[in-house]
Amino acid sequence: MIFLRLFAVQGAYNYETMLGNGIAFAVEPALRLLPGGVGGPAYRAAIARQGGYFNAHPYLASVAVGALARAELSMEPPERIERFRTACCGPLGSVGDRLVWAGWLPACSLFALTAFGFGATPTAVVLLFLLSYNAGHLALRAWGLRVGYRDGLRVAPALGAPLLRQGPAQLARAVAFVGGIALPLAVRGVVGPARGALAAVLVCATLGAVALARLHGRVEGWRLAVVGLTAFILFSAVR
Amino acid sequence: MMLTELLPQVLPLALLGALFGLDVVSFPQAMFSRPIVSATLAGALVGEPGRGLVAGVVLELFALETLPFGASRYPEWGSAGVVGGALYALRTDANAGALALSVCAALATAAVGGWSMVQHRRLIARWAAGMRQELTQGSVNAVNALQLRGLTADFVRGGVLTAVALLVLVPLSRAVLGIWTTDASPSRAVVVTLAGAVAAAAMWKVTHTTKGAPWFLLGGLAVGASLLMVT
Repeated sequence: MIFLRLFAVQGAYNYETMLGNGIAFAVEPALRLLPGGVGGPAYRAAIARQGGYFNAHPYLASVAVGALARAELSMEPPERIERFRTACCGPLGSVGDRLVWAGWLPACSLFALTAFGFGATPTAVVLLFLLSYNAGHLALRAWGLRVGYRDGLRVAPALGAPLLRQGPAQLARAVAFVGGIALPLAVRGVVGPARGALAAVLVCATLGAVALARLHGRVEGWRLAVVGLTAFILFSAVR
Repeated sequence: MMLTELLPQVLPLALLGALFGLDVVSFPQAMFSRPIVSATLAGALVGEPGRGLVAGVVLELFALETLPFGASRYPEWGSAGVVGGALYALRTDANAGALALSVCAALATAAVGGWSMVQHRRLIARWAAGMRQELTQGSVNAVNALQLRGLTADFVRGGVLTAVALLVLVPLSRAVLGIWTTDASPSRAVVVTLAGAVAAAAMWKVTHTTKGAPWFLLGGLAVGASLLMVT
């Protein structure tokens, strides 16, 4: 039940309490076991506590949900629970961002782009992406909940697991390597096999990438692309 | 094209956009919302999965730049992928400018979608403020109600965004493509050059701070270039 609710942990995401309401929603089935049951003073106090501000990577929030469920059922002092909630936001956010958003997601995306470049069917490309991505996604959520519930408020050492400590750097290298393969193949898949056009596109794209990289994030490339595409469309329509 | 002709096509796509818009943040974040999936499935829904995939690949290259870090603001690719994939798939006559127009329309939709997600989060914060007393008293009904409202509002947001975008952009793209003058090859080349540049810069941004990663990127490019020669 808690595991299923984790998928909606950002269902009420907002700029005031961030994931707070989602944490209370996810941990609630465990709180029914508190003395006094549903609606009892311990249950209501725990719901109120868990609904406060909380921010973390949504997948690794499972670690916090597991740990908080264990802490509440163990009747840990409220101030300890509050301190834990505050302390784990940063690590669960930064590790998750590097591991998933900057690692696993682009890696799976680039695998799918490579498959497209090799001429895979739409079904194969979509399945390759969804199955590979969600294998990691589901495993991470399940691991987090299990480890969190097992270790309770002493879950911090688990965050030093090799996967979380070295995984982001290894994934970054994998993303770089697969990206190098995927980009030219994907470009060819869209442009077509004509070598002259393909060479021109690759050279121009490389120069564009260097220019964007030198801007160091001062401007987002996709926004520039909207401007460029709009200008091209106007040119093609009115000349 | 009359509204009554468009609506039967738009409604299933709007439902798809609602589901994928919901997937971006609220539920279940299984990345059905990535354009390589959403555009392909939108293409499949109008009978052209291959064209949907092509639009999805180009949009995915752009999407590599905008990963959903923390509370940062980013484009919403779920609904945008549906719009881009459907617009491109609906043009089965191989019009020269269809890809450029579809991708541009999807990028614009993604930008509006990103703005709408911010408004959605502010709306939830207002609802939460209105329910503060119940929430601080530990009312599980308030927690569930806020959760349900947030999910429903996000679903509606994605659906309305997709429907409005298609109702505006389908006739507009038909009008523009009717007067399109650039040939097919350069039209595609412009789109893919922009997407490739953005994706390559994104790869660099994500990996260059990791020890050794630039060499892996160069190695990958060497393999990729070799594969271009031999396949």
